[in-house]
Amino acid sequence: MMVHIEVNGRATAEEVEDRTLLVHYVRDVLGLTGTNIGCDTTSCGACTVLLDGESVKSCTVLAAQADGHSVTTVEGLGTNGELHPVQRAFREQHGLQCGFCTPGMIMASVSLLSENPKPTRDEVRAALEGNLCRCTGYHNIVSAVMDASGQEVQG
Amino acid sequence: MIPAAFTYRRVSTVEEALALLAEHGDDAKLLAGGHSLLPLMKLRLAAPEVLVDVAGIADLRYVRLDGDTVRIGALSRYHDLQQDEILLEHARLVAHAAGVVGDPQVRHRGTIGGSVAHADPAADVPAALLASDAALVIAGPQGSRTVPAAEFFLGPFTTALGPDELLTEIQVPSKAGTGWGFEKFTRRAIDWAIVGVAAVGQSVALINMGGTPLRAKATEAALTNGASIEDAAAQAAEDTTPVDEPHATAAYRKHLARVLTARALEQAAGRTPAGLS
Repeated sequence: MMVHIEVNGRATAEEVEDRTLLVHYVRDVLGLTGTNIGCDTTSCGACTVLLDGESVKSCTVLAAQADGHSVTTVEGLGTNGELHPVQRAFREQHGLQCGFCTPGMIMASVSLLSENPKPTRDEVRAALEGNLCRCTGYHNIVSAVMDASGQEVQG
Repeated sequence: MIPAAFTYRRVSTVEEALALLAEHGDDAKLLAGGHSLLPLMKLRLAAPEVLVDVAGIADLRYVRLDGDTVRIGALSRYHDLQQDEILLEHARLVAHAAGVVGDPQVRHRGTIGGSVAHADPAADVPAALLASDAALVIAGPQGSRTVPAAEFFLGPFTTALGPDELLTEIQVPSKAGTGWGFEKFTRRAIDWAIVGVAAVGQSVALINMGGTPLRAKATEAALTNGASIEDAAAQAAEDTTPVDEPHATAAYRKHLARVLTARALEQAAGRTPAGLS
């Protein structure tokens, strides 16, 4: 089937199998490999992208379901070579260790801050419950989200 | 993991969905948010030949108060329900249950109708609906029918829905002012409940203590007869048949049911000015 999906502000139109998952559309069809596949079972959150501005796990969405909608991946956050505030904060607060979960963590954080611009540390932890960091680097990830929201990092 | 091949069809009305179901019968499955069905398809535990995507039926996404009944469109997402003002006032238990399903990403996609129709015995929302004496509205080729939640869940992943029918609405009697409680025990934050309890007033429903959500009838009867919460909750595991597996034995689950029922009833009592009476 033909799908039309706006990805990072750019219109894309591709012929795909009906069973194509959104994460494979993004990675394999469009070549945007910033989005990682972790567990592939809706658990780890590594494949989180924004669908119409809201976080979703792209291993559990069909490209067909996104037909006619807009998707943002980690590649779409920065503008003109400038890091997005959440990306900047993850770097400044050392919110990553091996980095594999980072794109998903960042996308989940962007979605959180669009719904709750000034979360508490506890709210950040709750909002990132669907994203696993196997380095267990959660403390600095929470600090990064607090920093990105313009609040005291505390912690 | 990639699902087995299927044909994807998108519909925008209930009538179109019913027509495709009539045409394809058991070979077709309805797709809403896809967060129960797609994982099963990726594991090849389900392999429908036709997927009918009903997510675009805009008419099935609403929450309305109609007299003393809250009407919830089946395609309402958990994310919509957990913060819905009508639900927060009249069916707070249901709003809360919607807000603890999975994680934010799942709640952005998953729908209340999808959860109910999927009927996983470990799911949160069906038990909240059972405790709330909800009813399910089903559209089919012969028109519409309404089934009480107590008669809807027949077994694991098995409901009163026929293969040519579509769940359209969930009706919840207003519980405004009635205390409620919800507890679930999980290994990790986003896991399915090992055991859970949904309570509103003196109604108690158990999650994952059998093939369907179950009312804790012995506990409810004890409360009606004036028993204390502690004594009533001690009977929560009566007539239950929890699975016995390495993560949690049946005996452990029965223990959890008793403890969590006591906690949920204490919450409910604390949220009612006059306690349970």
